[in-house]
Amino acid sequence: MTRLRGRLIVLQVMVIAMIVVLVVRLWQVQVVQGSRFVTVATETRTREVRVPALRGAILDSSGRPLVRNRTTLVVSVDRGRLERMPDGGDAVLRRLSGVLKVPLPKLKMEIRACGPGVSRPCWPGSPYTPIPVATNVNPRAALQILERQEDFPGVTADIQAMRDYPNGRDAAQLLGYLQPVTQSELEKREGLKANYSGVDLTGRDGLERTYDAALRGTAGLRAVQVDRMGKVITVDQQSDPVPGDVLVTSIDAKVQRIVEKSLDQAMQEIPNSDGAAGVVLDVKTGRVIAMASRPNYDPRVWTGGITEKDYRRLLSDKSGKPLVSRAIAGEYAPGSTFKISSASAMIADGEPLHGTYQCPGAYTVEGRSYPNAGGMSLGAISLHEALVKSCDTVFYKSGYEEWLRDGGKTPKSKVKEPMPNMAKAYGFGRRTGIDLPGESPGRIPTRAWKRDLYNSTRAEMCRRAKIGYPEMKNESRAAFAKRLANENCLEGMIFHAYEAVNLSIGQGDVLVTPLQLARAYAALVGDGNVRSPRLGWALMRPDGTLHKEIPVPVEYHLPVSDETRTYIRKALSEVPSDGTAAGAFRGFPLNVVKIGGKTGTAEVYGKEDTSWFASFAPADNPRLVTVVMVAQGGFGASTAAPAVRRIWEGIFGLGKGDNGKPVQPALPDGKPVTRLPAISRDGTQ
Amino acid sequence: MTEAMRVGRGSLARRAIGRGAVVWRMDWLLLGAVLALSVVGTLLVWSSTRTWSSIEPTAMAKKHVINLLIGLALYSAVAVSDYRWLRTYAPVLYAVALLGLVLVLTPMGSTINGHHSWIMVGGGFAVQPDELAKPVLVLMLARLLARPSERDKDRPRALNVALCIALTGVAAGLIMLEPDLGTTMVLATITGAIIVLSGVRKRWVVAGILLAAAAGAAVWSLGLLKPYQVARFTALLDPSTDPRGVGYNSRQALVAIGSGELFGKGLFHGGQTTGRFVPEQHTDFIFTVAGEELGFVGSVAVVALLGVILLRGARIARMCNDRFSALVAGGIVAWLAFQTLVNVGMTIGIMPITGVPLPFVSYGGTATFANMTAVAVLQAIHLRSRPFSS
Repeated sequence: MTRLRGRLIVLQVMVIAMIVVLVVRLWQVQVVQGSRFVTVATETRTREVRVPALRGAILDSSGRPLVRNRTTLVVSVDRGRLERMPDGGDAVLRRLSGVLKVPLPKLKMEIRACGPGVSRPCWPGSPYTPIPVATNVNPRAALQILERQEDFPGVTADIQAMRDYPNGRDAAQLLGYLQPVTQSELEKREGLKANYSGVDLTGRDGLERTYDAALRGTAGLRAVQVDRMGKVITVDQQSDPVPGDVLVTSIDAKVQRIVEKSLDQAMQEIPNSDGAAGVVLDVKTGRVIAMASRPNYDPRVWTGGITEKDYRRLLSDKSGKPLVSRAIAGEYAPGSTFKISSASAMIADGEPLHGTYQCPGAYTVEGRSYPNAGGMSLGAISLHEALVKSCDTVFYKSGYEEWLRDGGKTPKSKVKEPMPNMAKAYGFGRRTGIDLPGESPGRIPTRAWKRDLYNSTRAEMCRRAKIGYPEMKNESRAAFAKRLANENCLEGMIFHAYEAVNLSIGQGDVLVTPLQLARAYAALVGDGNVRSPRLGWALMRPDGTLHKEIPVPVEYHLPVSDETRTYIRKALSEVPSDGTAAGAFRGFPLNVVKIGGKTGTAEVYGKEDTSWFASFAPADNPRLVTVVMVAQGGFGASTAAPAVRRIWEGIFGLGKGDNGKPVQPALPDGKPVTRLPAISRDGTQ
Repeated sequence: MTEAMRVGRGSLARRAIGRGAVVWRMDWLLLGAVLALSVVGTLLVWSSTRTWSSIEPTAMAKKHVINLLIGLALYSAVAVSDYRWLRTYAPVLYAVALLGLVLVLTPMGSTINGHHSWIMVGGGFAVQPDELAKPVLVLMLARLLARPSERDKDRPRALNVALCIALTGVAAGLIMLEPDLGTTMVLATITGAIIVLSGVRKRWVVAGILLAAAAGAAVWSLGLLKPYQVARFTALLDPSTDPRGVGYNSRQALVAIGSGELFGKGLFHGGQTTGRFVPEQHTDFIFTVAGEELGFVGSVAVVALLGVILLRGARIARMCNDRFSALVAGGIVAWLAFQTLVNVGMTIGIMPITGVPLPFVSYGGTATFANMTAVAVLQAIHLRSRPFSS
């Protein structure tokens, strides 16, 4: 027994040693390192959840919704949680695929991060936000997921607001679209280091982008305690989200519809056209009443995650890039619609407003003959008639002579350049500053522009002058391009006479956007102020009170006398009755609503002519300016002018509806809405 | 012995509370520690399972109390009985335990929480034969090794030592088939402890330790362990190796205990416990609940109460007058000490993660019965080894 007792003492000592070891280690873990583990525990247990605010609606000038919210059941997946599972969340996704009836590979594709080499479907947003994998989920499936959280860890189903477009494709480009916010955007935004939230979308284009901050509102923040499954146990603190402002625009949904319909008809008539645009401006305020562009698309493709096919199609050349608004980003030669600028320049440069002008069939400059369209020859006419009949040779002559006075090929140190400068005064050649992203500046060629262009392209031009364009398939085109390169290399810095001549009638290197042309006409027939057009009219709080009215900035006053402006307006007022648009307006009750306008037919190298009609009404006291451009549309009088006529008929209620009955005017007497609409709490009318 | 018999002849009431009755002679410190741990264990089981069901938050705690009551009944029965009948029936008990271990492997066995070690007995209760194997093995080995060698009465017979190893091997082999590495290690420790206590030569002890180390190395290098079992050991050395699996468990256990700091967050107020960040927190990881909610003070109290049981047990063993009793008591101490070390140690990052319950604290019927029986045997030994104060 002695040995046994001895060994039992050893056992007793070992037990004591064990207890000492455990106590010492507990001291180390709980007392020495305790506070560190408290921090870690808090981090594992608490989550900060961003609660996105309800995004404000976008309304038209009468309070009709252009973009509104609708609720839908959305199932989202927390990728971080799935990745922490031993099988990478495979089992969960497989179950989810069964419940949602979505193929497993598709689910997996949707939750991977977009990046180089990973194209849609993929998740472009922050990796810490739950990724929506299904929208419009039926409530039974959602309930199944919520009730069996142990089977679906990291999967949630909740009601989310989705953008809804009650007017379909109308105004798609100017409304813009939403996309999930990226992590870097999220961090830049409010300094909220929340690690997951509901789907957080940000405006990527159009009004959604310009007014994103106001529409978005302020996200709420919930600090919650979660369990191991991510289920919320308690809410520690909560700041409620503040809903975004409602954006009231000056768009009139009815007029927008009329413009869209008119463009559709024009596109049907001209199947080869690769683009068209229509703009209606409020002359008195400079606000945009309607703006449309072709080709267009259905903005609903963005809702709930765009598919790879749709995304590719929207960006492809084949579809004509429907995301791009031709009204603000399309640059086209304006043709004769530009003559308002040239005529203003002539008068400002000292030519007589009431003088006589020669309108020969052709005007010869440096041995080259520039004919009138259709070889029209009118003899001695007034400037009035030159505008009504759109006599090019009158403007050729002035353009050429102005060019000569500036020194011709060897310019004086200080050149006057009346026509290019007047064009710039009308707002051409720079962005209008409209409240939309992606606007193009257009181009007005001047001597300085030519010199700058030459300096930046000389090396390439001279190289091409030597080697030509062997990669071009069409031999005659390649030869032409080579000749052009040679010419540019040798005397590319020279602003040639033909350029001045072309500029005078809005050809050559002159490029404008339909919106630029519309605001130039609005300045001409209005109060002479060139404004930066606005779509946004006011931001209203969700409770219906006015937050902020959006002003329309006046850039400056046209350097054109009121007498000249009135003269030109009166001349253009006869275009639909006696001028180039007489055919297009045959049968139109001009005695009821007098229309003014100017046709434009711009030649485009290698393509059909660009068809323009810039118009205003009522002609005696203009309230509205309407511009329609149809690319490859042929004569302005044959495509754009009829399109504008349809728009006027709709606005003034002059035509007959599809049912043969007279239509109600969209804007009685052409008067736009002048008072902000009253909106109710839910942000609708 | 004659004294005991005389007492036994008295009326039931006199036997219970009369002078020199069981009530006055038993080791109250031992029983007190067991009861205190049972109370603490019940509270911890309650705290860790109250979030399971919002309708009946005390369901698991109630089941635990029922287990404890059954365990205390067993305790009372065994503590007052003449424990030496256990020596007589040890082979029968061993055979029954083996049968249970075999049944587990047949279709009668059930899997709960990844361990295929249960036999359902109906009424929502299940029996875990491998828990029963622990006390039975103690009795069986003590019986074999109590018989002294003919040459030296302080040493066991060599043949019996070999037989012990064989008997352990059979039971451990069956348990490894479930598989349950933790229980296998407990059985190996019990066997090693009893053999050493029984008085084998020191050189054999050294040789045995070396052999065990070599066997361990062989098992390791030959890949006889399942990958997850290997992971548990590597995770101990470097928790970052497998942060999702085993590393997650040991990390979360450490976070829960550490965040309890000195005084704990208060019973029912442990955020990690409520959030169930630690797995199996009412059974194998119950100590994390103590660590978080009761703090350093509380967890040291739990360790201290276990220490009281172990040291009283060791004292009882030393007081024994016969080899069998001493070996049984020593074996029980070694068994419970090893489980305490492994269970508490794994939650504080000094032992690998193995499925071993914390004696008297963890939820689990069979383990509770086995532990209660074990302390009852200690108590019985105590009652019969002390000279009576007449």
